[in-house]
Amino acid sequence: MGDTTTIPAPFTITPAVQIPTPKTLIKQGAEAIVYRTTYLLPTIPSLLKYRPPKAYRHPILDARLTKHRCLSEARLLIRARSLGIPVPAVYFVDESRGEIYMECIEGDSVRDVLDDMLMQEGGEGKVDALMVKMGEAVGKLHAADIVHGDLTTSNVMVRRKVRKGLLCAAQEEVVEHVEDEGVVLIDFGLGSMSTAEEDKAVDLYVLERAFASTHPKAEKLFKDVLEAYQRSYKKSKPVMRRLQGVRMRGRKRTMIG
Amino acid sequence: MSPTSTSPPRRFIALGLEGSANKLGVGLIAHFSDNSPAQILSNLRDTFISPPGEGFLPKDTAKHHRAWIVPLIKRTLKESGVKVKDIDVICYTKGPGMGAPLQSVAVVARTLSKLWDKPIVGVNHCVGHIEMGREITGAQNPVVLYVSGGNTQVIAYAEQKYRIFGEALDIAVGNCLDRFARTLNIPNDPAPGYNIEQLAKSGKVLLELPYTVKGMDCSFSGILAYIDQLATQLAPSSDADSTTKSKQERKPLLDPATNNPITPADLCFSLQETVFGMLVEITERAMAHVGSSQVLIVGGVGCNERLQEMMGEMARERGGSVYATDERFCIDNGIMIAHAGLLAWRTGFETKFEDTTCTQRFRTDEVHVAWRD
Repeated sequence: MGDTTTIPAPFTITPAVQIPTPKTLIKQGAEAIVYRTTYLLPTIPSLLKYRPPKAYRHPILDARLTKHRCLSEARLLIRARSLGIPVPAVYFVDESRGEIYMECIEGDSVRDVLDDMLMQEGGEGKVDALMVKMGEAVGKLHAADIVHGDLTTSNVMVRRKVRKGLLCAAQEEVVEHVEDEGVVLIDFGLGSMSTAEEDKAVDLYVLERAFASTHPKAEKLFKDVLEAYQRSYKKSKPVMRRLQGVRMRGRKRTMIG
Repeated sequence: MSPTSTSPPRRFIALGLEGSANKLGVGLIAHFSDNSPAQILSNLRDTFISPPGEGFLPKDTAKHHRAWIVPLIKRTLKESGVKVKDIDVICYTKGPGMGAPLQSVAVVARTLSKLWDKPIVGVNHCVGHIEMGREITGAQNPVVLYVSGGNTQVIAYAEQKYRIFGEALDIAVGNCLDRFARTLNIPNDPAPGYNIEQLAKSGKVLLELPYTVKGMDCSFSGILAYIDQLATQLAPSSDADSTTKSKQERKPLLDPATNNPITPADLCFSLQETVFGMLVEITERAMAHVGSSQVLIVGGVGCNERLQEMMGEMARERGGSVYATDERFCIDNGIMIAHAGLLAWRTGFETKFEDTTCTQRFRTDEVHVAWRD
């Protein structure tokens, strides 16, 4: 014991924050659980999407699916981001454990934000701008042949804060409050690559229904979204035509036999 | 006798005729005006069974139904002791199903309606399954997985409709199992799916098959094509004749881990684990979506104990429970048609005689469910 005291410690760590960072549950879906936690450093916030093993499934099948889905979701996010489509950045993927660490978007979902905005003084202009941004984001996504698969107003976030360097350690300097809110598309768990007009039209239809079920002025709002969508996605004509067909029959095809 | 029980509850009796596929079912059910549990007076069924390797064709199935429906109705009346005058309403399957078998049963329903001067109610087959499952199990407002030879649907009730949340985009799961039974030449008696289930119990190796879930929908035709192809690569059985041997010049399919030959049992096991995994997954997604913890399995494939076990495991994890019935009510039967028809009739519904047709396409969500809140 005596000897060790003679060597001074190179530096001292005073744990100001708890290590490891506790995970806070944000959402529990059928397939995955989403936590808020940190990545690398306790000062870097992160979102953890965890796909737990399913006891009902054969373990080999379960492992295969978890791995495949983690990788495919991460791949879609990375592809979208590289094309400038607003989606969370992927930090780290551990597909054998079913974990994806990604950027934590500070803000609220469009679903939660919309009604507040409409009530505000002069909120209409803000809402119009928001609809344009949504339309542009979805248009870009489809132009890249990425289909979201579950495009609801809950899965589009309005960003309130931006971290300049995502993985910068110091928190205070990099966080900026933004006046001009951007939208971010989240949860690509059901997403896929697809060139099919049908898949893209169903994406739009699901979004339309999400508007209709939660917002009284849905029709006008969705019209704005579609206009911006068509502007940012040059080859959207066939998709729009297909959307008519999907509207007529609903999300489901008519049953045969 | 206490004074309150002086007037006994009014009894309503319905005759149900079902023949949308290869099962011909005749049933008599009684409801009571005090809403006590329904009473099953008779539940008879006769199944048209095709030889191994063959499916049931519409024309042969219709012939079977035409031959057996009158004797079956006579037996039902005799065994239950119900008089024709006691029957309130005649219910038959309007659809969905195979055209010729549906028609042969509808003709009988129409004839009896005129002969006995009774009102007639055309019933949606899927709604029949759901209502029967609810009545037997007592499940209040479950997410329903309806799986049979012709249908694969995940259903939840909302605003007087059974809404379809997910479904098979091509063939039904039961059709996939039945057709694979044909590939392996497994007998169709008592049911191809039942024989696959028994064979799967001795399967050990899980082969990698396509897993095709898309949101709450799924697809089975690709899996069938894939596993059919695997079946051609099985090692020839010892009693195989020379013609099959000459085809088997390729190396037989082996388990990569142990180098043992893959058996038909392994294929059945792999098929069940994969397709049932898909079904449980889409059901779980629908449950999470509507916030329900009860799940009810109906339809012929619902008898499968492995499916029930997997579903039970999933429901338990969600803090809920699974409801299932046995073959008497899971597999197509006349009682369920009588039950659903009687529910509708008691709300004042009746099918006009000129509308007592049948249709091969009749979606579950087209029916107005007037008898639920």
